[in-house]
Amino acid sequence: MITAERKPLEEILKLLEGQGKVLVAGCDTCVAICLTGGEKEAEILASELRIMAKKEGREVQIEHTSAIRQCEWEYLDTIADKVAEYPVVLSMACGIGIQSMAEKFAPKLVLPAVNTNMLGMPQEHAVWLERCGACGDCVIGETAGVCPVVRCSKSLMNGPCGGSHDGLCEVTGPNKEEIECAWALIYDRLKAQGREALMLELRPPKDWSKSSSGGPRKMVKEEAKPV
Amino acid sequence: MAGAATEVAETPGEGKTIEAPAKPVDPRFEPEIIVFACHYCAYAAADLAGSMRLQYPANIRVIKLPCTGKLEVIHLLKALEAGADGVYAAGCMEGECHYLKGNIWARKRVEYTKTLVAELGMEPERVEMYNMSSAMGPRFAEVATEFTERIKRLGPSPVKRAAAAAAPAAAPSHDPAAVTHEEGQQS
Repeated sequence: MITAERKPLEEILKLLEGQGKVLVAGCDTCVAICLTGGEKEAEILASELRIMAKKEGREVQIEHTSAIRQCEWEYLDTIADKVAEYPVVLSMACGIGIQSMAEKFAPKLVLPAVNTNMLGMPQEHAVWLERCGACGDCVIGETAGVCPVVRCSKSLMNGPCGGSHDGLCEVTGPNKEEIECAWALIYDRLKAQGREALMLELRPPKDWSKSSSGGPRKMVKEEAKPV
Repeated sequence: MAGAATEVAETPGEGKTIEAPAKPVDPRFEPEIIVFACHYCAYAAADLAGSMRLQYPANIRVIKLPCTGKLEVIHLLKALEAGADGVYAAGCMEGECHYLKGNIWARKRVEYTKTLVAELGMEPERVEMYNMSSAMGPRFAEVATEFTERIKRLGPSPVKRAAAAAAPAAAPSHDPAAVTHEEGQQS
């Protein structure tokens, strides 16, 4: 799923500077499941913003709402009346939801309350790990179901590098947490499948034109378009 | 562990040292404190404290929960938003929750709320988690006294302070004697 983290309150307050009437809009799909921007979190942020305003003696009108998905026009219709009451919307959806909101209700001021960070897998409750980079050219058929694009710190197509030790990467996460070496995982799994010979295949440089370096992507399914 | 400046620290997370506020607190200040109490322990302990005729400050308002596991971050925030000077949850002793882990969840939520409160530029000590059993009537009274003293040292909530500054004439002075009287009539 798409995961996101809430921006620091200080940054949100700066974005909202001078605004007294704000609708905090949650999204009840991906960002709700990653416990960042669902209805519950929207209610908490709205309460925080009201407390801050009260503390500073500012009169404000701050409410919260949420849509099942902010990234689809139909679901945005469900909150359109509420949005119409407010000059500013603080969206807690992922970047897609925020942009859909901004486009649907243009020229209304739609501001982001979260930083969308990855396509992650909930490894355990409240822990997400990056699993896909949406590169547009999946190679995990040859890499035993492990994505080297996002799980190798260097995105190597021909690994491992010299920084792999005892199954761990020489790079550590932002909180000094250890990262598994993707290519050690790939080797172990290929061996278990009896396909370790694939390690010797030389993979040419990746075609990044299918990723975002080819400009914003568009997908059209002609066969499914309404008639 | 004696003295007004020391917090009783029976469980982890409690007993943080509180810095004295920059300005002396009005000695007439009577804090408004919300307590979220578990039906199976703290609420029964409050009952016991009453049966034992124990004295504790009339500043606390108790809200009964089926389990502190029902406590959400928004409940704590709403109390502060409404002008409460402090808010605490009182659940069962750790390991003795009727629903196994409700009080552990509550502690995590209280700790998280402290970070939000700090982010808002307020003292995180205005929010706390306590544990007690239904047999601990004296502990209930002790916690109520200790937390009320803590909030008295911190002074009125900044939310309340700003409201009072905006409308000095309209700011009502809290009279605990009146509340005690009112509660006495209800019981």
